[in-house]
Amino acid sequence: MLLSIENLRVSYDRIKALHGIDFEVEEGEIVCIIGANGAGKSTTLRAISRLVPVEAGSKMTFAGKNLLEYSPDKVVSELGISHVPEGRRLFGNLTVLENLRLAAFARKDYRAVEEDIERVFTIFPRLKERTYQKAETLSGGEQQMLAIGRALVSAKRLMLLDEPSMGLAPLVMMSVFDVLKEINQRGTTILIVEQNARLALKFATRGYVLESGNLVLQGKSSDLLANEDVKKAYLGG
Amino acid sequence: MAFFFQNVVNALQWGSFYALIALGYSMVYGVLMLFNFAHGDIFMTGAYIGFFVATLFVGLSASGILVLPNWLILILTILLSMFLTSFVGMAVERIAYRPLRNAPRASAAITGLMVGIILETGNLALLGARRQKFPELIVSQTYDIGGVSVTNTKIMIVLVSIGLMVALHQFVRRTKWGMAMRAMAYDFVVVPLMGVSINLIAALTFGLGSALASAAGILFGIAYPVLDPYMGILFGWKAFVAAILGGRGSILGAALAGFLLGFIEIFVATIFPSTLRDLIAYSIILVILTFRPHGFFGEPYSAQLRL
Repeated sequence: MLLSIENLRVSYDRIKALHGIDFEVEEGEIVCIIGANGAGKSTTLRAISRLVPVEAGSKMTFAGKNLLEYSPDKVVSELGISHVPEGRRLFGNLTVLENLRLAAFARKDYRAVEEDIERVFTIFPRLKERTYQKAETLSGGEQQMLAIGRALVSAKRLMLLDEPSMGLAPLVMMSVFDVLKEINQRGTTILIVEQNARLALKFATRGYVLESGNLVLQGKSSDLLANEDVKKAYLGG
Repeated sequence: MAFFFQNVVNALQWGSFYALIALGYSMVYGVLMLFNFAHGDIFMTGAYIGFFVATLFVGLSASGILVLPNWLILILTILLSMFLTSFVGMAVERIAYRPLRNAPRASAAITGLMVGIILETGNLALLGARRQKFPELIVSQTYDIGGVSVTNTKIMIVLVSIGLMVALHQFVRRTKWGMAMRAMAYDFVVVPLMGVSINLIAALTFGLGSALASAAGILFGIAYPVLDPYMGILFGWKAFVAAILGGRGSILGAALAGFLLGFIEIFVATIFPSTLRDLIAYSIILVILTFRPHGFFGEPYSAQLRL
């Protein structure tokens, strides 16, 4: 098991966001967590990246290592977990190239870094055209490309994606998901959270349904797509 | 006309001190959204460290153990003191500010004031109330250029200051650490997702700012050779004003505003009685800030501090 989460509890200022959830991700998988706004999807990813404190009793293991012993930067640089945050959160005052280089901050394999940056430019030729442009001048689609590219340069074992479809035109969205599939085929495990349940379930092999901080359903994507409750609540009937 | 240029020369020197100190305020504010109110006292500490280093080298030279020319002693004093003072800054960050990183900003501001008082009174306790005289490293020579008298010290002070500012600018523009500092100024919380340690960059920012303050302290000691434990208070506040005037996190802004402050103070003093100098000078700055509340190069956004 690559990632295993047990009894994960998170609170913000005494408001419980996650009530003790359990789930697992195997090496090479694409797993999605779907749920409504405020269900706790982003919190789950932030807990894995160690950006938010978890409550006592929570257990998170990644490749046999206790995640709770790692600081947020070490989760990326030592464990190899990248995170594309909600709303992309690019450094708008840095150029496209600088955003990519910053993602390699802790890496010492300089030649491989250059290759990775080249690869990002091959996957997203639009970014190459904008190499020296400030990130804040990019369109929404280009920003998402850069956010994914940045994650790809920072770490490769597991990629956490927070609502990558948000604010994207349908065509751009399709191409972004095609790229994500290719990234997965090259060996990166993917954990994605999405409000767009249909999109996420078509993309992932397995899924979990998160409702007000509890995981209420899980299964193969095809089963969840066919599930009546899921249909009613998340797929528009 | 000579009178005017005479004051320009004086203002450049006076502004150099403000600019070097303002950079430390501005960087810490830009990167960590924190006013380091102990910074004026770090300037004082840096000046004292410079005093000890210079005295040591002068003493070694005089006793024949390590005979060095004065210009080399000056360079060594500046570099070694900057290095040592950067650890003072990093210690202040580690001990006083890091535990408060998620606390309300007011707590950090109060802590800064307390650290300042500790540095002042600690100095007083260790060295006593006697003022220290900075050793004379440069034999002052005065040149007369068209009626304007310029000393070699003034030229050296302005050139060293500008050189340090250019070096800092290059560091922030071109290195990965500088890139991480700029990224933190823009969006604090997601920086760790790039594999960057926030603690490392925070320490670096404090270290750089303190090193520059130390350089300012030594240059000040060369121009006005008397050091006392409270020399950093008023000077620090004024440099803080320069940092705000320059705009959050802007290196160019802090440098220009520091020099502007020097110009305003010097020129006000040539027109009005010197007792009115600060009253008038800072009223002018208040008016400027009314029209440009974010300073010269500040932008009306604040860094993203939350998820």
